[in-house]
Amino acid sequence: MVASQAPAFLQIKDVVKDFSGVKAVNHVSIDIAKGEIFALLGSSGCGKTTLLRMLAGFSSPTSGKIILNGQDLEGLPPYLRPINMMFQSYALFPHLSVEENIAFGLKRDGMPKDQIAERVEKMLKLVQLGKYAKRKPHQLSGGQQQRVALARSLAKRPQLLLLDEPLGALDKKLREETQIELVNIIEQVGVTVVMVTHDQEEAMTMASRIAIMSEGNILQIGAPSEIYETPANRFVADFIGNVNLMDGTLIDDNPDHVIVECADCKHYVGHGITGTEGMAVSVAVRPEKIHVTREKPDGEYNHVRGTIKDMVYFGSHTVYHIQLGSGLVFKISESNVSRHRDDPLTWGDEVWASWTPLSQVVLTQ
Amino acid sequence: MSPQAVLTQLRNSKLLSGRSAVIGVPYVWLLVFFLLPFLIVLKISVSEMETVHFKDLLTYKDGLLQLTLKFSNYEFIAEDPLYFKVYLASLKYAAATTLFCLLIGYPFSYFMARAKPSIQPALLMMVMLPFWTSFLLRVYAWKGLLGENGWVANLLEWLHVDHLLLALGVIPALGKFMNSPFSLVLGMTYTYLPFMILPLYANLAKMDLRLLEAAADLGATPWTAFWKVTVPLSKAGIIAGSMLVFIPCVGEFVIPELLGGPETLMIGRVLWDEFFSNNDWPMASSVAVVMILLIIVPLAIFNKYQAEAQEARS
Ligand SMILES: Nc1ncnc2c1ncn2[C@@H]1O[C@H](COP(=O)(O)OP(=O)(O)OP(=O)(O)O)[C@@H](O)[C@H]1O
Ligand SMILES: [Mg+2]
Repeated sequence: MVASQAPAFLQIKDVVKDFSGVKAVNHVSIDIAKGEIFALLGSSGCGKTTLLRMLAGFSSPTSGKIILNGQDLEGLPPYLRPINMMFQSYALFPHLSVEENIAFGLKRDGMPKDQIAERVEKMLKLVQLGKYAKRKPHQLSGGQQQRVALARSLAKRPQLLLLDEPLGALDKKLREETQIELVNIIEQVGVTVVMVTHDQEEAMTMASRIAIMSEGNILQIGAPSEIYETPANRFVADFIGNVNLMDGTLIDDNPDHVIVECADCKHYVGHGITGTEGMAVSVAVRPEKIHVTREKPDGEYNHVRGTIKDMVYFGSHTVYHIQLGSGLVFKISESNVSRHRDDPLTWGDEVWASWTPLSQVVLTQ
Repeated sequence: MSPQAVLTQLRNSKLLSGRSAVIGVPYVWLLVFFLLPFLIVLKISVSEMETVHFKDLLTYKDGLLQLTLKFSNYEFIAEDPLYFKVYLASLKYAAATTLFCLLIGYPFSYFMARAKPSIQPALLMMVMLPFWTSFLLRVYAWKGLLGENGWVANLLEWLHVDHLLLALGVIPALGKFMNSPFSLVLGMTYTYLPFMILPLYANLAKMDLRLLEAAADLGATPWTAFWKVTVPLSKAGIIAGSMLVFIPCVGEFVIPELLGGPETLMIGRVLWDEFFSNNDWPMASSVAVVMILLIIVPLAIFNKYQAEAQEARS
């Protein structure tokens, strides 16, 4: 990697948070550029909220540094940080109306009254809640409350916006609608965002870059497509989307291709890897990159044979579960491009599954 | 309709359902233990006293049904400045006590609610502990503590607090603390403090602390967050505690008797005299009715707030 010319907008430098011996956040370093929407993605308890709370200033790192726009945030209490957070539970003030909630932060800055009113009106318009200005939070639906929380956290025009599971309290359908709306609003305002989620679809749709966390460690940082198509290790491959993982041995290592022998097949992988012949590796193939046929494909590589154990029709695509000789169950997702397949497959059919040499990823760890 | 059908209908009607029974219990309680006695007192207050017992309100003689309501007691209360002064004094001392209970009780409840959860039960226990000794004894003990050479009196003198108290006009002379407005309010504050602390603690303990984080995040210092978030959100607790202190203080009899002085005549004492010295039950009842009305007004305000808070929570 080339040494970056200017230091990043937000630098998280080797941050550790130790809770009486348990490292909830373990030597995490992330650089985030101005204007970026960055997602921390990981399963429950991996330390996402802990990291976010250190950014907001509610707790301080055991060691490490957090630098925002060149300023070291160490020792700076939350109320002095140019950072605002949208809480998972929204944490709207129940005794204040929608507009008073939004004005709360502005009043603390001692902004003149007329400017506050102007800003509040603008924020209400942004989140389309103009009609609800006088209502109390409990008189709003979950989705409306979420937008009030967003408006409140954006009202002060923070340098950094933190979102903790921003859409966690919404049902699936509303969540999908809101994701896009949220990104639109954030882009209109042009604020840098660090968001936390355990919903990978949410991270994929909203973020420009994602960090995958597990047990306090960052496993991989990259754009959504990078993480999906070239996962760095087994955990990431398995965590993001569906994947077929096959353990095998590297038997032929060439600069432009490698061959991996697994229990069910031999893989011809169309790119080189850093490894040595004889080492144990895993090969990951995504279900949608696999093709099912009745006839045996040509060649000796990249196909397996099995029986259809299960098939689920999803409308746009069909998912097949194929039992292989080794006992492994192979997941295949075929998109239904035409309305009828010429030779409909069904339970118990013997089939072949095949893929192209560039669709696998070889994982060495 | 057959008796069977009537029974089923009764059973299905709201009247007999378990739900209305549960809701009904407090109403029955209020009816039997508040409204009925109040009506009896009200009746006595407008009755005419004969040597031993009261005349009936309704008399029937020579085909004439007569309802006699004697309002002269109320007129008397309205006209005699003594009563007005005493009512005012009662309200004043009750209000002062409520204020001091709030000033002491709020920080106390606040730190109790924010203390480590493991020590909260112990703190709560300490608040209740005084209830284990007789209330009379505890109030009586203040006579010794504040009397001549009582150590509290000595301490106050040593700190020159008596100069301040004298300047405020709440003690009769330097070094003399007993039988003064000061000793009265001190005794009542001491006695009623737990009634302020308990509802406040219950309220503050269940507050969502994330709201304070949200306030800090939006730029509020801890001090601002306290006044803008914690205090408004504990309004229901403040009102509940204040009512629990204010209402019994207005009619308090024992504490003014033991700790009060000649200038701290409160309505409880007047009631006692009317009942037991003058034996004028109608007059005593009238005094009591006016007192209840004085108390019911703040209570109604409290109820209105409670209803609002309830609505806000749901
Ligand atoms: N105040 C604390 N004291 C001790 N341990 C804590 C504390 N806060 C969090 N932890 C621990 O740190 C780990 C990470 O917690 P954290 O809340 O950051 O998880 P998370 O990734 O946000 O999970 P979720 O998706 O469930 O919200 C957990 O194992 C948790 O038990
Ligand atoms: Mg969390």
